[in-house]
Amino acid sequence: MEALIANNVTKRYTNHTALDSVSLTIPQKTIFGLLGPNGAGKTTLIRIINQIINADSGDISIFGEKLQNKHIGTIGYLPEERGLYKKLKVGEQLTYFAQLKGLSKKEAVDKSKAWIKKFEITDWWNKKVEDLSKGMAQKIQFISTVMHEPRLIILDEPFSGFDPVNAQLITNEILELKEKGCTIIFSTHRMETVEDLCDHIALINKSKKILEGSKKQVKEMYRTSTFSVEHKGAFSLPAKYELIEQKNLEDIYFRSLIKVNGNESPNQLIRDLTDITEVHNFIEKVPTMSEIFITLVKGGSDE
Amino acid sequence: MNKIWLIVQREFLNRVQKKSFLIATILIPLVFPAIIGLLVFIGKEQDKNKRKEVIQYIDESKLFKPDSSKYIFKEFHGSVNEGKTAYKSNGDFGFLYIPAISPSKPKGITLYTKISPSIDDISAIENLFESQLRDLKMLQMKIDQKLLDSLKTDVNIITISGEEEKSSNSMILAGIGMAAGILMYMFIFIYGAQIMQGIIEEKTSKVVEVIVSSVKPFQLMMGKILGLASVGLLQFLIWIILMVTLTVGVLGALGIDPPQQQAMQQISAEAAAQQAAATSEMSKNMEQFMSLPWVYIGSCFIFYFLGGYLLYGALFAAVGSAVDSPAEAQQFMFPITIPMLISYMSLFMFILKDPHGPISVWLSIIPITSPIAMMGRIGFGVPLWQLGLSILLLIGGFIFTTWVAGRIYRVGILMHGTRVNYKVLMKWFMMKN
Repeated sequence: MEALIANNVTKRYTNHTALDSVSLTIPQKTIFGLLGPNGAGKTTLIRIINQIINADSGDISIFGEKLQNKHIGTIGYLPEERGLYKKLKVGEQLTYFAQLKGLSKKEAVDKSKAWIKKFEITDWWNKKVEDLSKGMAQKIQFISTVMHEPRLIILDEPFSGFDPVNAQLITNEILELKEKGCTIIFSTHRMETVEDLCDHIALINKSKKILEGSKKQVKEMYRTSTFSVEHKGAFSLPAKYELIEQKNLEDIYFRSLIKVNGNESPNQLIRDLTDITEVHNFIEKVPTMSEIFITLVKGGSDE
Repeated sequence: MNKIWLIVQREFLNRVQKKSFLIATILIPLVFPAIIGLLVFIGKEQDKNKRKEVIQYIDESKLFKPDSSKYIFKEFHGSVNEGKTAYKSNGDFGFLYIPAISPSKPKGITLYTKISPSIDDISAIENLFESQLRDLKMLQMKIDQKLLDSLKTDVNIITISGEEEKSSNSMILAGIGMAAGILMYMFIFIYGAQIMQGIIEEKTSKVVEVIVSSVKPFQLMMGKILGLASVGLLQFLIWIILMVTLTVGVLGALGIDPPQQQAMQQISAEAAAQQAAATSEMSKNMEQFMSLPWVYIGSCFIFYFLGGYLLYGALFAAVGSAVDSPAEAQQFMFPITIPMLISYMSLFMFILKDPHGPISVWLSIIPITSPIAMMGRIGFGVPLWQLGLSILLLIGGFIFTTWVAGRIYRVGILMHGTRVNYKVLMKWFMMKN
C-alpha cells in the first residue's frame, strides 16, 4: 500500500493552470522530495493534499483510501507561510492545535507535555510565543506539526529560518519519524537537503510533473558515464574515450574528466589508464540533484 | 461543528483573559456614573456658591419692576453717562439703560457689560421685559391678574397605545430608543472591528495556513465571529448590571434626586398647592418606566444585536481576510460604514420623531439598517407583521452576508502581498473551491 497516490490532479485558475494532470506515487516510510522552481505548483498540490483547496479533476488516495475529511488527523502539515498565535502561551498553543487535529483535550495536553519534555524545553510551557526567539518558535511549530502522530508529514521548506544546530535537531527528528514508519513529503529548494535525506523525488515544473523516481533511479537516468581521474603525468587517450577536460593540479599531477563512449565498463577504463599513467584517484562523476534540477528546469524553459 | 466550538472557546478565552477586556468591562460602567456624578456634584456646588450678579439700571420709562432670580437689579442714581462708566469700577456685571419707551415700541434698551454676555444672559433679561410688557398690555386691555392666572393651564397628554391600554410617555420611549440605538451602533462597530483585526492578525502572523489544514476556512471564520459574539454578550450583561447598580448607588450617595424630580420640587416651592399633583406625576413617570415591557425590549435588543453583529461581522471578516494590514482595510470600510451611519443618523432624523412613518418602518425592515432602526422604534410598539418581517429578513440577511464573506474569506486568507480591489474580491467570490 502506498502512502499517497495522486492521479491526474488538475487545478485551474482564471488566468493560469496551477497543476496540469499531475500523477504521483509516494511509497510508505520514505522521505519524498517534492521539487520544483517557485510557482511551479508545489504549494497548490500540497494544499490539495491538505484539503485546503479542491482539485478541479483527478483524485488522491491516502493509505489506500480516497482522501476525505477524516484524513485531516492523518496528515501533519508545516506550511512555508507559517506562524503561531503570538499572544498564546506555548502550552495553550500546542494543546489547541492538537485539539483542532482531532485529539481530545487530555490527549492533547499529554502529548504536548511529552514533546516539550523531549525537546528539553519544559520551562517554556507558560511562556508566550511573542517572548520566544525565532529558533524557539520554530521548534514549537515543528512540535505542533507532528504531535498528533500523523502518518503523513508534509514539510514545506522546513529549514528556512533555522540555525544549523536546530536544523540538525529537526533533521534527526525527521529521520526518527521515518524509522517509526511515517512518510514524509519534503518540499524544498535546498538541493543538499534532498541529496542527504530524500529517498524518492518528483520534480514539478510549470504545473507539470517532469520527473519522478527513487533518488538512485533518477541518478541512474542522468548519469553520463563520465569519470574524474587524478593522475601523475599527462597522457593521450585511446579514441574510444573522450577527454572532456584536463586540469593541471600541480607539477605533473593532473585531473581529467573522461567520458566513456560505447559499452566500456569502468574497469576497462581503469585498465587502459594504468597502462598510460599512474592513477591516484578514480571516481564516477554522478550528477548532483542540483545539476539534474537545473538541467531539467532550464531545458523546460527553452522549449 | 465540534471544531467551530473549539475555536469559539479559544476566541472567547483569548479575549476574556486579556487585561484590556477586564479594564474595559469594569472601568466603562464605573467611569460613566463617575462622570455623571462628578458633573452633577460640580453643578450643585457651583449653584450653591454662585453670587448673584449685580446690574445697575436707569429706567426712564418707569414701566419695569426689574426682578430676576439670576440678577440683582440696583437702580442707579445719576446720569446715563455716569452709569456707563460706574459699573466698571465697582465690579458689577453691567449697566442697563431703559430709555423712555412706550409699551408698544420697546426700542433702545441697552445693556453695557465688561465681557460679552452669553445668549443665556441676554435671553433671561429679554424674557423678563417681554413678560412684564405682556402683563402690562393685558392690564391695559382690562384683563386682570386673576383672569390672567386662570388662563395659564398645564396640559399633559396621557397616551394609551396598544391593546393592553398601558399608559406610556413618549419622552421615555424616545430615550430608550435612542439609548438602545446608540448602544447597538457602538457594539456592532467595536466587535466588528475586532473580528477584522483578529483575522488580519492571523494573516500577518501566518498562523492561518496551519489552522486551515485542520479546519475548513468557513469553520475558522464562523468560530471567530461566534466567539466574539459571546464575548460581546458577556460584556453587555456585565455592563448593564454594573451600570444600573452603580448609577443608582452613586446618585443615592450624593443625595441627588433624578433631574425630573428636582425640577418638580422647584415648581412646587412656588406653588405649594401643585406639589401633590407634581409628585404624583413623577411617581407616575417612574411607574410607566418600570411597567415598560422590559423582557420584550431586552430580548429584541439581544436578537437585533446578534443579527446585526452577524450581518456586519461577516462583512468585517471578509475585509480582514482580503488585506494585509489595518491601513489597507480602510478602503473597504466605506461601504460597511455607510449603511451603519445612515441608520444611526436616521435614528435621530426620522425614527425617534416619527416612529411609525414610512421611512422609519422601511428602515426597520431592511436588514442592513434594521438593527439600529428597530431598536429606535421598539418601545413605541411595532406591529407584529413588521417585527416578523424584519426578523426574517435580518436572518436571511446575515445568512447571505456570511455566505458571501465565506467565499471571499477562503481565498483571501491564503493570499499575501496581492493588491486587492473590488474586482479582485469579485474574482475571489466567483472562484470555485
